[in-house]
Amino acid sequence: MARTRYAPDRGLTVRMTATMFFLGLVFVAFIAALIGIMTAVNASSGAIVLVALVFGGGMAIASLFYSDKIALAAAGAREVSPKEAPELHGIVDRLCALADMDKPRVAIAPTSMPNAFATGRNSKNSVLCVTQGLIDGHLNLTNEELEGILAHELSHVAHKDVQVMTVASLLAITAGLLVRFAFYSELFGGGRRSNDNNAVPVMLIIMAVSIVVYAISFLLIRLLSRYRELAADRSGALLTGQPSALASALQKVSLGMNRIPTQDLRSAEPLNAFYFAPAMKLARGGRDGKGGPSLANLFSTHPSLEKRLEQLEKIQRQLGQATPDAPDSLR
Amino acid sequence: MGFLDTLLGRTKPVQPKLDDLFGLPSAAITLQAATGFTPTGSGSVCFRSVEGKTFSDIQNEVRDLLNMEAEKPGGGLPVEVTRDNYGFTWLVSSRMSDEIETLVTDLHAVNSTLVDNGFGPQLLCTLVAFRDERERRLALVYLYKRGTFYPFAPLSGENRDNALELHIKGALGDDLKVEQDLTRWFPVWGAPGL
Repeated sequence: MARTRYAPDRGLTVRMTATMFFLGLVFVAFIAALIGIMTAVNASSGAIVLVALVFGGGMAIASLFYSDKIALAAAGAREVSPKEAPELHGIVDRLCALADMDKPRVAIAPTSMPNAFATGRNSKNSVLCVTQGLIDGHLNLTNEELEGILAHELSHVAHKDVQVMTVASLLAITAGLLVRFAFYSELFGGGRRSNDNNAVPVMLIIMAVSIVVYAISFLLIRLLSRYRELAADRSGALLTGQPSALASALQKVSLGMNRIPTQDLRSAEPLNAFYFAPAMKLARGGRDGKGGPSLANLFSTHPSLEKRLEQLEKIQRQLGQATPDAPDSLR
Repeated sequence: MGFLDTLLGRTKPVQPKLDDLFGLPSAAITLQAATGFTPTGSGSVCFRSVEGKTFSDIQNEVRDLLNMEAEKPGGGLPVEVTRDNYGFTWLVSSRMSDEIETLVTDLHAVNSTLVDNGFGPQLLCTLVAFRDERERRLALVYLYKRGTFYPFAPLSGENRDNALELHIKGALGDDLKVEQDLTRWFPVWGAPGL
């Protein structure tokens, strides 16, 4: 049995498991609360909850199924053949052979903002997209740095992040829909049900519960997204064996991002969760002297640059140790 | 990769499969009989180097090991180390054209040194060069992660002779595990030793 230098990060695994567990817990509690409210008042508004669930589920499945097409269209990206972009394909070819995974389609988006994303419902239907700004040389990215970024994106594909995040956001979608449905039925249905004394408070309670659930699940999803970014950084760096190249790429890309005109940033907002580095930044706090995590970090889809660099440094030490760890089976 | 590993985002680097490489010598005989392609005696191992001193020490160790073999009577030329545009390192071993078994042993020495030091996942592919009497170039490429071979026949420029590649695939038949998924037959333009 070969020795390994690639021990999994236990801390990250535990934190991610806990986040997913709580997300599931909130979902179960939400459904239980809805059923509880329904049975308590014998209300006929059960249908609306069912509609929201079915509708939310349908939306999630549709967005998952067409995720590659939606994302490419939103970014205005175009698929490129190996003849058109031999360098890019060459890097992806080698990374896929190293990682033993199916090669995704490769696309280029005509945006000057340097970034990359990968999406798709499964490994056969995934697409890897880089922006023109990333490859046209303004950032002076070396081939190694570009490779690091692509390895990060391929890790998202390998981790099935689009699927995981879709399932995770199902709860938020459903809760959000319920808030809206309840609100409209209050607005338009209130008069017709004046003889039904229970109707008004039930809808209000459902609305309140949904708002709370939406807020909690929103924070948990953002937390999960940050952990998955860290996981993709980690796998990407291990794949290429060059954590420092990825670290310097991260720095260059986040620096380059700040020089971008605002119009690009606004049009990039819907794609934010898929990007290599966040295109939309809330006012950054974090290390502004007050210490402790700021609100902006709590809402962010990506971990802070400091956190990502710190992790890559750790991986660098791990890869450089003189003797590899014993394989898992011997521990 | 397990469901849990995917869910938790902890894909592990894939360990290489080494054993199928030893099918090469007998496949070379088949290839010569069926298509007239003979080994040129040169072969190379391609891997992604890891940053830091630990890895470069190991890389030097492998090179010295192979050179020691080459200096013995009847040994080949010293090993050539090159780095391609993609940051991958190629160790090229040159032997006589009838020494394909020695060549495979050389290549395996590189593999096992990397694997023993815990860097197995960095191995990308191994390439063994062939020529026919019309001087057409052909390489059999071994994919470590899949344990399969595929033919690569470059033409001038960045074009490849797909007809010849498919012909070779048919000729090899059951002698070697040929990669069935054609999308994995990625080109290795300008590979050293080809």
